[in-house]
Amino acid sequence: MVNQTPLLEIENLHINFSVDKRQVHAVQGLNLTVYEGQTVAIVGESGSGKSTTAHAIIDLLPGTGHVAQGSIKYQGKDLVQLQQKKRRSYRGSHIGLVPQDPLSNLNPLYKVGAQIKEVLEVNDVVKGRDADQRVIELLEEAGLPDAQRRAKQYPHEFSGGMRQRALIAAGLAARPQLLIADEPTSALDVTVQKQILDHLDVLTDELGVAVLLITHDLGLAAERADHLVVMYKGEVVESGPALEILQDPQHQYSKRLINAAPSLQSERLASRERIAARESAQEHVSEDGQSLTDDIMQIQNLTKVFKLPGKGFTKTDLVAAQNVNFDLTRGTTTALVGESGSGKSTVARMVLGLDAPTEGQVYFEGVDISTIKGHGRQMKFRRRIQPVFQNPYASLDPMFSIFDAIEEPLVVHKTGSRSEREQRVRQLLDQVSLPHSAMNRYPNELSGGQRQRVAIARALALKPDVLVLDEAVSALDVLVQAQILELLNELQVELGLSYLFITHDLAVVRQIADNVLVMRHGKVVEQASADNIFTAPAVEYTQDLLAAIPGRDIQLAG
Amino acid sequence: MHNHTPRQGQERFVAPAVSSELPALHVDTSHPPESQWKQAWKALRRNWLFWFSASLLVIILFVVFFPNVLTSVDPRSADLSHSLGKPQAGHIFGFDRQGYDVFSRTIHGARASVIIGLLTTIIVTIIGLFTGALAGFFGGWLDTIVSRGADIFFAIPLLLAAIVGLSALNNVWPDRGYWGGVFAVVIALAVFGWPQITRIARGAVLEIKHLEFVDAARSLGASKWRNLFTHIIPNALPPVIVTATVSLGVYIVAEATLSFLGIGLPPSVVSWGNDIAAAQPQVRSGDNLHVLFFPAGALAITVLSFMLLGDAVRDALDPKARK
Repeated sequence: MVNQTPLLEIENLHINFSVDKRQVHAVQGLNLTVYEGQTVAIVGESGSGKSTTAHAIIDLLPGTGHVAQGSIKYQGKDLVQLQQKKRRSYRGSHIGLVPQDPLSNLNPLYKVGAQIKEVLEVNDVVKGRDADQRVIELLEEAGLPDAQRRAKQYPHEFSGGMRQRALIAAGLAARPQLLIADEPTSALDVTVQKQILDHLDVLTDELGVAVLLITHDLGLAAERADHLVVMYKGEVVESGPALEILQDPQHQYSKRLINAAPSLQSERLASRERIAARESAQEHVSEDGQSLTDDIMQIQNLTKVFKLPGKGFTKTDLVAAQNVNFDLTRGTTTALVGESGSGKSTVARMVLGLDAPTEGQVYFEGVDISTIKGHGRQMKFRRRIQPVFQNPYASLDPMFSIFDAIEEPLVVHKTGSRSEREQRVRQLLDQVSLPHSAMNRYPNELSGGQRQRVAIARALALKPDVLVLDEAVSALDVLVQAQILELLNELQVELGLSYLFITHDLAVVRQIADNVLVMRHGKVVEQASADNIFTAPAVEYTQDLLAAIPGRDIQLAG
Repeated sequence: MHNHTPRQGQERFVAPAVSSELPALHVDTSHPPESQWKQAWKALRRNWLFWFSASLLVIILFVVFFPNVLTSVDPRSADLSHSLGKPQAGHIFGFDRQGYDVFSRTIHGARASVIIGLLTTIIVTIIGLFTGALAGFFGGWLDTIVSRGADIFFAIPLLLAAIVGLSALNNVWPDRGYWGGVFAVVIALAVFGWPQITRIARGAVLEIKHLEFVDAARSLGASKWRNLFTHIIPNALPPVIVTATVSLGVYIVAEATLSFLGIGLPPSVVSWGNDIAAAQPQVRSGDNLHVLFFPAGALAITVLSFMLLGDAVRDALDPKARK
């Protein structure tokens, strides 16, 4: 029978950070049990205390963080009570870590093989020549092809997925019995994420290693874990068998989290809501009688080639986008979906007129935008199409107050008097459901979701017809993301806007898009209505993308 | 794989309902809004280093502008009968070899050092900020010219260049007087000091111009100049200010070094560098070290104050650099 003593048992754990002589509670009263060979997931939004918990287990709390109360028992021994030196001896040899960011967790100055060898030598597993041999075995085991050659390469020669495999090899090198995987794939593309997680599953099963998976993605957690712990603001709000929680959430917060998760949403419900939104948006457009053409924008044969320095003094061509064609119908949303490097953002910048295409045309209401010359006409075009960018931390000037940021478009376009502009800013804040008290605040005083609302308000200031949303919800927590998507849908209905929605996350597309273009390596591989993409994907790559959405196959009750 | 009967410690647990209202739309209005400058000022106020260096600097600036409040003795009236006299009542720092009152000379010497430091920093910052910002923002040939130009000036050691420049100037403009002397040193230091700020400003601008808020402003149709002056330069200021504050101390040391070598300020100007130079025989003999100690000490305290202020400003403006 199974061993009934837990491998890891955390009881009533409290973690505090000292800030200006005050104690800030990061984790409060956490209980968690992991048995041998199990996968347990901690799920929560940013700031929920999930990573802090993971760091406490391996004694890597940053800065002033410390365990204030409670116990962390590993094989019955309380790590909190141990001396620091003894505690450290558990790191690597008993408890391994796969960190979050594969880009910053490998030292760029050392060969990948040497960094894994270090783990072996520090933990007295093997030394010298034997260790070199072992490194190659470990890399092979982590699913890295051609491991012999790869071990002698530097991190910059590896892709993101390969680096994460190397980090998995390092985490498992000393054969720990517990592996902590802290958002191991959140920096990777979905298809790579699936490969890595599948491989990690097989490997930990074979070795009988227990995995503590830290993630913000409920679908991913439910798909991979036996036991699930949902954290909110430092406290566990619900825990239990993964499937049970997903199908029958009890706590108000978990319910909301499951409702908001785009990957878990009932497909028909999402598309039904979307169709209703589109119809009223288009109604709005025709009421205004402004439909000069049905398609507000037409993109034809759009191609962008970047010249990169090649060998010696030659230049090589990087084709970022090739022959992209699509029409944007008034009052609808077209989504551009693709993984990193697919050229989707390049297309967005050309549509916005920020970069000039190498070939092809962008037509706005039948006019080729490259022929719009002269200050007056340029300004007229600019106010019709506005962007909202990905990073809510970089898309607002930190030196500008919220009022200044939203007013800027009006100032640049010399619209209205000072008091009229102030009136308009208030109106815009209402439109994005922000209180007027936000007006004299600065971006650093607002949350990510609030900033993104400000960015949307600013984009709407000049009453544009088209919004280009470049990964506009990708950096947000699930619940906030759901709110912003809802807001975008409402605004579309209310103002008859047309959206070009750029995203790497196919799951989100269902909630907002009518038409979808799937891009890969600069080319459009599939172009269809949103419904068709989800129900009958024609191309293998689209099928792979869909299959990689975590938690997609889980049957939800109701 | 999924166990149906949960193991001990893994039973279903549901916390009592907590208020998990979304924070999304609530804006905390319990405290007044804070711009980045205000935040920096708040951080600065909490740093004892700032108060320590600032109070020293207030005293030093007082000495610079009102030397006569502290001493009524003329720093240029020598009485050889007091040569190398020990400290005594009315002349607390004693007399130097020429019979000058050391206290009076230390007090009056502050002006030249501090003014040269401040002026050089202001000129260098203005030149550096604009050349760096333009080079970083426009790139292309302008960047090539500015960056290579900066490299050339940067490659010549500041002191060596100033020595050569000032010696050459002595041949064409030997009797410069007080302000002429100060002006010459400021120009010599500024000509070779600007590349440092240029590099910092250029780097900051290169980083900022790729941020999304700049693209957002471009999409509005805002002009290049508007972008540069309203978005990019204000955001590039913090690292420039930090570098400028720290380098102020360096320029004061450079002035003293040049005067010590006899090519900075003319000997007729009362300055710490000149007095330290005049005290050279005492360094060799080891007697009457008070002649050396007071001007050198005043110089050290002034430089230290500016450097500490620079550190405090860095902590406030660039929280990431803090340990």
